[in-house]
Amino acid sequence: MTRFRKRRKTVVVSFAEHEADILANLLRNLVELLYDGMPPRATEAGDDPLAALLDTDGPTAPPEDVVLQRLLPNAYSGDDQAAGEFRRFTERGLRDGKANDARRVLTALEEHSVEDGIPLEPDDQLAWLRALNDLRLAIGTRLDIKEDDDYAVWEKLPDDDPRRLTYDLYDWLGYLQSALLHNMR
Amino acid sequence: MTTAPSELDSPEVDEAIELSPPWVTIVWNDPVNLMDYVTFVFQTYFGYSKQKAEKLMMQVHEEGKSAVSSGNREAMERDVEAMHSYGLWATCEKS
Repeated sequence: MTRFRKRRKTVVVSFAEHEADILANLLRNLVELLYDGMPPRATEAGDDPLAALLDTDGPTAPPEDVVLQRLLPNAYSGDDQAAGEFRRFTERGLRDGKANDARRVLTALEEHSVEDGIPLEPDDQLAWLRALNDLRLAIGTRLDIKEDDDYAVWEKLPDDDPRRLTYDLYDWLGYLQSALLHNMR
Repeated sequence: MTTAPSELDSPEVDEAIELSPPWVTIVWNDPVNLMDYVTFVFQTYFGYSKQKAEKLMMQVHEEGKSAVSSGNREAMERDVEAMHSYGLWATCEKS
């Protein structure tokens, strides 16, 4: 059972072992997807921030996968050239940032007893919020959840519907994000 | 030698055009992102008051989009990149 409690600015979240396993699996899949099909950097940026800044050999075309298209949307609508230029300069950095948020959550799940609770400091909280949001975007896109969908239909999917488990995960991630936000106030 | 141009020759500047920032960051509605989270992002990244952040979030939700910041193109590209890092769907547009 997932629980949140607050100690001053620290939010402590605890999970049942199986819940933590599910979250870790989703995060590992996300990290893998973020680096799927990315060509290696032309120059090895390593830990040199200047080299990373000068890294302008990113992709110019949108990703093929629909989830990646949602995580890394076009920055210009109706101007492919401007959108491509924006990608060339930003896409690698955005992928790295999202993967780093996911890895930070993964590390926290590995380093703490999840049942006793994981203390989240304010900068951890931000990484968790973003990683949980990326997971929801990924699952929501795979489920093809639409703006005008009637949520009652999703909530009442029969148990034998293949989307049932996935929707429950999506719903649970929303609960996690919302409860974390609430406890940050 | 040239004579100094008279003041009457100076081009007239349309101040309304001059002063309005040329680019905006548009955030689009999305079926996934939670309303509280979108408000949180506007407060955290732009430093907007809760009231302003909620108003922009409601505009996104009800009207399908909202111009959340304005300025020069480079600044708007930074904002769009930040919105994407938070998982919001944003584009850069000429205002």
